[in-house]
Amino acid sequence: MKSMRVLLVDDEEELVLTLAERLNSRGIDARAATSGTDALASLRENRFDILVVDLKMPGVSGSEIIKIVEREFPQVRILLVTGHGGSELEEPTEQRSEVLLKPFKIEDLIAKMREMLNLPEGCVM
Amino acid sequence: VVPLTLFVALTPLFILAGVNYYLFKKNMRSELFHQVSQDLSNTSRSLESVIEERLSALRLIAREETIAELSEHARTEKALQNLKSAFGGFVDLGLIDSRGRQISYSGPYSLEGENYQNEKWFHQVLHSDFYVSDVFTGHRKLPHFVVVVKQGSYLLRATVEMELLNRLLFIPGMGGADDVFIVSRAGLMQTTSRLHGDILDQCPLPVPPYSPQDEVIEDFDDQGISYSLGYSYIEETPFVLIVIRKRADLLYEWFRSNSELIGFLIGSTIVIFVVVLWSLTSVVKRIRTGDLQRAQMLENIEYTNKMAAIGRLAASVAHEINNPLAIINEKAGLVSDILSSSDDIPCKERLSSAIVWIQKSVERCGEVTHRLLGFTRKVPVRREPLDLRELLTEVLEFLQKEATHRNVVIETDFPQSFPEIESDRGQLQQVFLNIINNAFAAVAEGGWIRLSLQAIDPHHVSVAVEDNGCGISEEHLKQVFEPFFSTKGEFGTGLGLTITYNLVRKLGAQIEVKSELGEGSCFTVILPTGRQS
Repeated sequence: MKSMRVLLVDDEEELVLTLAERLNSRGIDARAATSGTDALASLRENRFDILVVDLKMPGVSGSEIIKIVEREFPQVRILLVTGHGGSELEEPTEQRSEVLLKPFKIEDLIAKMREMLNLPEGCVM
Repeated sequence: VVPLTLFVALTPLFILAGVNYYLFKKNMRSELFHQVSQDLSNTSRSLESVIEERLSALRLIAREETIAELSEHARTEKALQNLKSAFGGFVDLGLIDSRGRQISYSGPYSLEGENYQNEKWFHQVLHSDFYVSDVFTGHRKLPHFVVVVKQGSYLLRATVEMELLNRLLFIPGMGGADDVFIVSRAGLMQTTSRLHGDILDQCPLPVPPYSPQDEVIEDFDDQGISYSLGYSYIEETPFVLIVIRKRADLLYEWFRSNSELIGFLIGSTIVIFVVVLWSLTSVVKRIRTGDLQRAQMLENIEYTNKMAAIGRLAASVAHEINNPLAIINEKAGLVSDILSSSDDIPCKERLSSAIVWIQKSVERCGEVTHRLLGFTRKVPVRREPLDLRELLTEVLEFLQKEATHRNVVIETDFPQSFPEIESDRGQLQQVFLNIINNAFAAVAEGGWIRLSLQAIDPHHVSVAVEDNGCGISEEHLKQVFEPFFSTKGEFGTGLGLTITYNLVRKLGAQIEVKSELGEGSCFTVILPTGRQS
């Protein structure tokens, strides 16, 4: 059985790297991308179950990535993370997008992702 | 404003009444004037003819009888009787020779042989054909006047009784202030008047200047009452006829004959008074209410703007903080992961404890920033019909445990029938949860919280949450809805009421607070029923 494959996209490099490391240590196959371009490249090279993406990024923004992902990789679930609670969340997103506000506990992130993938509690694979 | 309006409204009315009074007065005066002229011309004509008649009668006798005949007493007596019976008014008759001696006399006195040589009239009559004296007392000590005609060198003289003149001076329709009398050219009263003195008194009025025609003067007396004075110089006599008519009670007359007009004047004055006072008062009241509402509105707008600005600022600060907080959180988490997977780290316990505290603090910061972000998050309002009684009961259920535990009495005053409203159930729950939670924090053990519902008008209902807690001071009352304002010390974030305020605004509602320190507070939310459109 394959583990949960997650692509973390945030312009805060330290955040995504640390988060990826911690997820990895919990048996989740997490990779980090620090820009929209990196993220798209990564998506084209690998298969992911979940895309965890910050909405506000310089260059290709989170919402643009979402549009591309929805179009090109419909099987990838999207989890938005944001430091904003405001305006950008008003934009219509697909039903399968979920939102998590920064800062969050890693347990909450994992629970959320598991929920999105309909995995039973305690299972990360 | 009121005096000015009354002045403008009433002035034309009073001017009209004034004009009416003026015209009335003018009419009355002209009526008076005509009355006097008429009285005057009638009376003076009769007076003239009466005197002329007496003179003619004397002339007739003088011509009919010779001097010799008249010298006889019997003939004089007969002539007097004839005069009395044919003309009337004669008292006596005497024949006087050119030396002034009365040669023959007939009448009630014994004046035969009386000498009139030194009398003024004697000399006057010598130069003309006849003479009419003014009134005097003479030998008989009674007021009378004489008429004399000259026949050759003799004079025929007759005394005329005053009654003859007095009779002429009766004019019908004379009022209390009116008078008619004869005055001599020298200013002595020739008849007894009602108001201007007795016979032979000095007349109180100056003798008017001579005029060949009847004259009427209009003037005012000492008391300012207008009168018409007519006078007529009776030709060939010393008499001046004077007729006076006054209208002392002109104003009374005016009131009497214009009672409808006066009634109308008084009535309209009262109506104008009432209408002006009432309408101005209500207009002023409306303006004042409008001003107050405008001021209130401006204050609300200002407050809303302020809150929005604070909200935006808070949200942007929160966002800036959230990213570093997330990094701190992950780094601490990583350290924690590392610590838990290795056993040979010195001071592991202390490090673990420090990490836990870092994570807890991040969590606390996160709660604050998440709430701040809540200000600007525009969760759409989902309206649905709901029963506020039900909704409040649900909210109270959350708090029931705490109420029982702290012995706080929760009273609800919900009407039997209450209109359904259309609003967002979830957001309203949050609003009332926040308010009631605050009430719980304010009351002491054994205190009470009262919820009451009221339909204000067809479009608005109010929910009041009252407590007998510690209350809020007046200076704090202004700040209760501002972020980070809290009286709960470290237990409060100071964001509860700010969020409540924002939610309430979003739902198109209003929130008001009244409070007194030590007495308790009352938060009232006024909600639109949402059914007006």
